[in-house]
Amino acid sequence: MASSPLDNLAEQTAQLLATVAALGSIDQLRDDEPMITGKRSFLSTLQKSLGVLAPEDRKDAGARLQEARRTVEAALEGRRDELTRAARLRQLEVDRMDLGDVVVGAVRWPATVGHPSLVAVTQRELEDVFVAMGFTVSEGPEVESDWYNFEALNIPPAHPARGMWDTFYVELGEPETVVLRTHTSPTQIHLMESAVARDSLPIHAVMPGRCYRRDTPDARHLAAFHQVEGLVVDHHIAFSDLAGVIETFTRAYFGPDIESRLRPAFFPFTEPSAEFEVTCTICRGEGCRTCSQTGWIELGGCGMLDPAVLDAVGIDGDEWSGFAFGFGIDRCAQMRHQIADMRALVENDARFLRQFS
Amino acid sequence: MRIALSWLTEFVDLHEAPEELRPVLDDLGLIVEDIEYVGAGLEDVVVARIDEIKSIKGADRVRLVVVDAGAGPVEIVCGATNFALGNHVPMAPVGAVLPGGFEIATRSMRGVTSNGMLCSARELGLSDDHLGLMVLDGMIDPVVGAPLLEALDIVPDVVFDITVEGNRPDAWSVEGVARDLATRFGRTLRGPVLAEPDDASSSDTFAGASIDDPDLCGRLTVSVLRNVKVGPSPEWVARRVRSAGMRPISNVVDASNLVMLELGQPTHPYDAAHVGQRTLRARRARRGERLLTLDGVERELATAGRGLGDTGEDCVIVDGDDRVLGLAGIMGGAASEISDSTTDVLLEAAFFDPMTIARSSKRHGLRSEASNRFERGVDPHLALRAAARYVAVLRESVPGLLWMGGPLDLWGEVPTPPTVEVRSGDIERLLGVEISHDEAADILRGLNFSVTSRGEDLVVVPSTARLDVRSGAAGRADVIEEIARLYGYRRLPRRTPTWPEPGALSGRQRLRRHLRDVMVDLGATEAWTPTLGSDAEFDLLQPGVERVRITNPLSAEESVMRATLLTGLVRAWGRNIERGTGDVVLAEIGVVFAHPSTSTASRATKGGVGGSVILQLPYENERATVVLGRPDDDASSAVALWTTIRDRLGLADVVVRSVEGGPKGMHPTRCAALVDRASQAVIGFVGEVDRELVDALVVTAPERRLGVLDIDLDALADPERATRRSEVALVPSRYPSAAIDLAFVTPGAVHAADLAHELASASELVEDVALFDVYRGLALPEGTRSLAYNVRFSAPDRTLGESEVAATRDLLIARAHALGATLR
Repeated sequence: MASSPLDNLAEQTAQLLATVAALGSIDQLRDDEPMITGKRSFLSTLQKSLGVLAPEDRKDAGARLQEARRTVEAALEGRRDELTRAARLRQLEVDRMDLGDVVVGAVRWPATVGHPSLVAVTQRELEDVFVAMGFTVSEGPEVESDWYNFEALNIPPAHPARGMWDTFYVELGEPETVVLRTHTSPTQIHLMESAVARDSLPIHAVMPGRCYRRDTPDARHLAAFHQVEGLVVDHHIAFSDLAGVIETFTRAYFGPDIESRLRPAFFPFTEPSAEFEVTCTICRGEGCRTCSQTGWIELGGCGMLDPAVLDAVGIDGDEWSGFAFGFGIDRCAQMRHQIADMRALVENDARFLRQFS
Repeated sequence: MRIALSWLTEFVDLHEAPEELRPVLDDLGLIVEDIEYVGAGLEDVVVARIDEIKSIKGADRVRLVVVDAGAGPVEIVCGATNFALGNHVPMAPVGAVLPGGFEIATRSMRGVTSNGMLCSARELGLSDDHLGLMVLDGMIDPVVGAPLLEALDIVPDVVFDITVEGNRPDAWSVEGVARDLATRFGRTLRGPVLAEPDDASSSDTFAGASIDDPDLCGRLTVSVLRNVKVGPSPEWVARRVRSAGMRPISNVVDASNLVMLELGQPTHPYDAAHVGQRTLRARRARRGERLLTLDGVERELATAGRGLGDTGEDCVIVDGDDRVLGLAGIMGGAASEISDSTTDVLLEAAFFDPMTIARSSKRHGLRSEASNRFERGVDPHLALRAAARYVAVLRESVPGLLWMGGPLDLWGEVPTPPTVEVRSGDIERLLGVEISHDEAADILRGLNFSVTSRGEDLVVVPSTARLDVRSGAAGRADVIEEIARLYGYRRLPRRTPTWPEPGALSGRQRLRRHLRDVMVDLGATEAWTPTLGSDAEFDLLQPGVERVRITNPLSAEESVMRATLLTGLVRAWGRNIERGTGDVVLAEIGVVFAHPSTSTASRATKGGVGGSVILQLPYENERATVVLGRPDDDASSAVALWTTIRDRLGLADVVVRSVEGGPKGMHPTRCAALVDRASQAVIGFVGEVDRELVDALVVTAPERRLGVLDIDLDALADPERATRRSEVALVPSRYPSAAIDLAFVTPGAVHAADLAHELASASELVEDVALFDVYRGLALPEGTRSLAYNVRFSAPDRTLGESEVAATRDLLIARAHALGATLR
């Protein structure tokens, strides 16, 4: 039998594996890699020499060579992992620090100017307006059951009204029973339930928070956004009180020359319901592109608590009445600061963030 | 919904300009999204024939075109090339003002003069086509010089695009909108022309009908129409249908669409020749039944329900051979479709249970103009009036049309209008203003509600078109809303209520604000990073851990709820680094989520239909996380940040305790827990970000250490866990204090803060203990370091003597010794 270029393959492979095992550092591995598996390795040289073999032998030889290459490569990768891990462990030891020993007075602390987020600034200002009007501030969870997000708000399962919200469903419980809240309104229900349980009516509260809608983000919408919900449950509360609160708030936040108006709308949880609009802050009511030439910008929805909602939480509608409203915090910020593209709010570009204080 | 003004005016006199009607419609809750002026700006445009095309010297983008528009040759410069000699195109002469206000003037260029403009369809506002001129040949039979409006049969009109609210099933029609306007303006509402059935014939001799499931189909009427000739609709019908944004198809189909648009009743014409035994039946679909709908999709009926509250039921129309003809109220089937050879038509006008239609339509992903109306609730009493209108319309193009007498009319279950009592004072209680019962009654009667007085009260029965009006207290609110809507929300007074309870933030909210202020004062810039991320990102910090998933994410990249703020902040820092703005401290206060199976703090809440099941919801943990990314930041600056925050928030004694292997994502040997000494609760972590995490999230991160502080706001806000400093203020002694420095060789296992605490509590004379130097070096025994403290002594009533200071010093040294620390 004629001698084949692969006669010494087993020995040569064993030698290579020994070389790999002896590699002492990542740098050395990187330097030697071409000689082990790269172009300068004997594996590559042998590959080229397969041409001298008879075609019937070539296939078998090729397979043996491939096998050898795989073995060496696997060993090399294993060694690379070991060395990387060892290097990391060494680095961690070098880094090791007892953070209890930090002498705070000696830490260099550059004078950097920080900035609160636009949403936080806006939310605070809105909260302050409402607190001054006598509202308390409550909060609720972002993951809700369908009962709180929909049904207690008079939106039964499969009702077309659920289509008013593009809902993210959460993979918990039966399908469609757990949602990312699509509005802050479920917090109303929590608040009324606990007030009933503790016998602590009346309620005068606003509820800011993050909500989610399954909406592809664009210049005007983000899939996550912030709302303020308002809820009053008291004796002798009428629609005119709602209109007055909206007006007082609008002027306090946007300025004395900004007016509000209500127009009929439909929300399953309020009756009568209204959209409220404010004078366009861009054109001051003259009519411009932002307000589609109408002079008004739609801000949110509101209405008198629907008797079905009072029923759902066990409040006696003959004794108590009330109203609710909700609107976008981000939208207020967008109007105040004339932000052309809402996506800037989540891009966290320091040049954007540092404009707010 | 698009409604033409010319159509409205057939029902009610409207002399107001469209711009005057807009606020009125808005105020009625019929929101005008847009007003389209059909044909406006085209009054001067005429049909012109291309007679000559010449090139212009020195211009390769435009040519000189000579046209004839009936008054001899006109030279016009034109940039389009999609026409040939002899073609007919629209021409706007000099002086014309096109839609959008563009005025045509004589223009000179390159030695030639352009005396008008040849127009594309988009320039005329007729379509979006702007690839070239609007070539009229092939569309119409053009006549040179004819006004374009005439040539295209465009009648100038105004179309309102109106959004109808979900509780206004009646307003999905021209008549419904007209009724609101008539009531608001106090004008008369006119009805449309209706046909009468033929007395001499009887429908039941020709056709049959039945309702098998009265809960799904509340009414089924079948009109038999004979001698039908299918052909194009009269122009006015086609125009009406087009004005609503629908496509004219044939007289039989268009009449059905027209009636639906006009009155709100969907109808369905069947070719009687293709309806087995000429009989229509409404019944529940059976499992396994299939239907090829008109949109060419084969649909499986009566499948298992999809989604909450879906029963999986479908209502179908079948023929006398029990063959499924259509999905009731949603879409018909291909088999019984009207064709050119149709001569006998069975016209179905029905009432279907709104929820059944809504569920079917959603499950099949099939919405139609009909299903939109049925799922909101069509007036159950409208069916035969709609048939009468249908016949009147169709008869214009089929004069010999016969509507057989005694249309088949079967009833199932339909909602009965409630009787709603509006008691004296109810209106004032709900609205805050008294509207006289006379005025209220007028408004309600305008809406077709029946109103009677009973003493001081009004007894109201809503129109059968208003299925949204409920009974009892809810119905009262519904009725009063209608009164307020027609009365005008703008006329309602405004008053700002007051109450004795003060407004306030909660303690948690004040704490959050305080924390935010301190962080910002210390140089942190607040970011907003995504709540939803990818599995891969989640696995970086919690590999394999069960996570909260979104069932219907927009993308896999946004399908998992975050369990940390750290990855988002590091990524945000990385993006700023790429933009060259990375020398920042980024902070976020936000909620992270733990799957209920992984948390002992999951939240039990009611959910499911009727709130009848108890669901375990994720633990929502509010955290404040800061990533310090400036060039010299590291674990030390993070500790300094925390210490300042701790003192500013008035925490009594939360110490920094190095931990081996802290949370993943933190540097394993530069991480410490923030531990409240009294409660032993962990308030958070401080340290550096693991370089492996940085490399995984930031492609080109500089060699920079990232400090990190991660605070659990739930722990911080809980005084049981994060112990507050006593509110009792100490008045410092008036006598001078003595200060000494003590350096101890301390075993590594003894925390500097614990030694300081030991020293501070050794004697009442100790006023303050402050670490000022840490030394490690070969001179010290292995595993130890030297901790140097500045200690101040004082007494409230005297100046301390030297011996007293020395004795106390010895006491402190002894206490330190007990911990294993020896004076250096």
